[in-house]
Amino acid sequence: MGMTIAEKILARASGRERVAAGDLVTVQVHTTVLFDNNFMPNNWPDVRRIDHPDRVVVILDHRVPAPTIQAAGAHVTARKFVERFGIERFHDVGQRQGICHQVVADEAYALPGTILVCSDSHTCSAGALNCVARGVGGPDVFFAACKGETWFRVGSTVRYELRGHLRPGVTAKDIFLHIAGLYGAHATQNIEFGGPALAGLSISARKTLATMGAELSCEFATFECDDLLLDYLRSRTSAAFEPQHPDADADYAEVRVIDLDTLEPLVALPDSVVNNSRPLSEVAGTTIDQAFIGSCANGTLEDLHLAARVLTGRQVSPKVRLIVTPGSQRVYLEAARDGTLAQLVESGALVTNPTCGACGGGHMGVLGPEETCITASTRNFKGRMGDPSSRVFMGSPATVAASALAGVIADPRRYLP
Amino acid sequence: MRFSARTWKAGDNINTDLILPNRAFYLTPQEQTQFVFSANRPGWSDLVVKGDILIGGHNFGMGSSRPAARSLRNLGLACLVAESINGLFFRNCVNFAFPAMECPGVAAAFVEGDVAEVSFEDATIVNRRTGVRLLGKSMPAELRAVVAAGGLFPLLEQQGYIASRASA
Ligand code: SF4
Repeated sequence: MGMTIAEKILARASGRERVAAGDLVTVQVHTTVLFDNNFMPNNWPDVRRIDHPDRVVVILDHRVPAPTIQAAGAHVTARKFVERFGIERFHDVGQRQGICHQVVADEAYALPGTILVCSDSHTCSAGALNCVARGVGGPDVFFAACKGETWFRVGSTVRYELRGHLRPGVTAKDIFLHIAGLYGAHATQNIEFGGPALAGLSISARKTLATMGAELSCEFATFECDDLLLDYLRSRTSAAFEPQHPDADADYAEVRVIDLDTLEPLVALPDSVVNNSRPLSEVAGTTIDQAFIGSCANGTLEDLHLAARVLTGRQVSPKVRLIVTPGSQRVYLEAARDGTLAQLVESGALVTNPTCGACGGGHMGVLGPEETCITASTRNFKGRMGDPSSRVFMGSPATVAASALAGVIADPRRYLP
Repeated sequence: MRFSARTWKAGDNINTDLILPNRAFYLTPQEQTQFVFSANRPGWSDLVVKGDILIGGHNFGMGSSRPAARSLRNLGLACLVAESINGLFFRNCVNFAFPAMECPGVAAAFVEGDVAEVSFEDATIVNRRTGVRLLGKSMPAELRAVVAAGGLFPLLEQQGYIASRASA
């Protein structure tokens, strides 16, 4: 039997001819990303030596600019670390700021055929770039940063064969909600995305899908490499890389075909996105207090464009706070240049600086007791975005924007041509 | 690694925000343990006695990479046996030295309070009240060695990569 994309990349990085589901492998890590939480006193192990500083990237993102003294202290520790080891790829608070997974995509720090780790669960995001990437824990991210290697249990692979085209008002987020609702968790499994619909899915759309793999508890979520990805990468990096393609006779646990034409906007009910998706019509009319568009899943320029298309010429309900958080300074600048930010603000959105912000409930949009939010971000666990009694529904940026206008959960197709 | 103690039960899809909520973010690792399950089972962390065993449902530990496994370990729990364990959470269990085993059928085989005997060498769990014995998925010897060494931080410390243990 042949190998899937993830198996091929793991085989290469472990110096083996082949790997198969069930193997435990030690692999070379090509890129390790550290972020502000790693430098908090309760997580920071005071690193003294690093074998390959050129493979380390440091990005401050979860709480930036610092909302508390503790966060500021972590930033200070990070800057000292960067200085001490001469880390060149440093995204400090300020000009190069952004959510780590968005920055990894913006700068093409993840390359096809390589392995990337970061101790944030949504690291699978980089799988959009034909990379094997996953969130690891604090101890193993420091192990990888110091020694340039880590261990993985090789899982079996489920392949999603995407066909057709998304209809207006239906997005990659809805593809995810469809998968999460129908198939639930993919624990111990890799997810591979391919098929004829890929050509019509932008890198941003792929990134949304790969990022949300964390919610499916998969090991890796990896996309096939095609011309669209190659063009994207060549416009951002001159680094060499070797894309990995699945073998024609790859050994999949299952191949699932998704016909994009049949999908409708979906919403996940509060507290979980696994097995919790409903057609939008079932929850339409639910009153909301806050609407959020942002995060490593939905803070791309494309997401902002989509929100602006829904909002332009209309006003956000006076009873709703619509918070829009671009994923990175690069996205923010492009959205400023092309007029998108102005459209959002004119419609009543509050546009924040790039950061994780409300997504992680850390700052800039924390929910109060009994409040209801609809979010285009990654996660809707109980209490994640604020008080444990708050409720968080999840939908696409279009659905969130439409809901912000209506003051209740609403169908974006009402507002889109 | 063998443990014998009273069990507590947690359901399916227990996520890391329930184990280590944002509210505890800035606290010391020991202080963070008071917040374990504070949203879904307030007061529970006070009832746990050192050495108790946690029985989990499906996809235990889904969610973020935060050091939630460290909180369970620091709370005094001896080990976790669950129907299935989220891959990232399992990594944190190994790397923070909190023994964890996947064992299909374990949730139905235990009523909270039953005494369990767990062996990681044999990958078994026995319910002392009912006599039921289940075979779990064995942890590879390489990973058991990491747990036995106290996790990854002590290894990095011995090799001079880090100064102190953030795993406290
Ligand atoms: S945006 Fe949200 S999900 Fe993404 S890295 Fe930040 S906190 Fe985590």
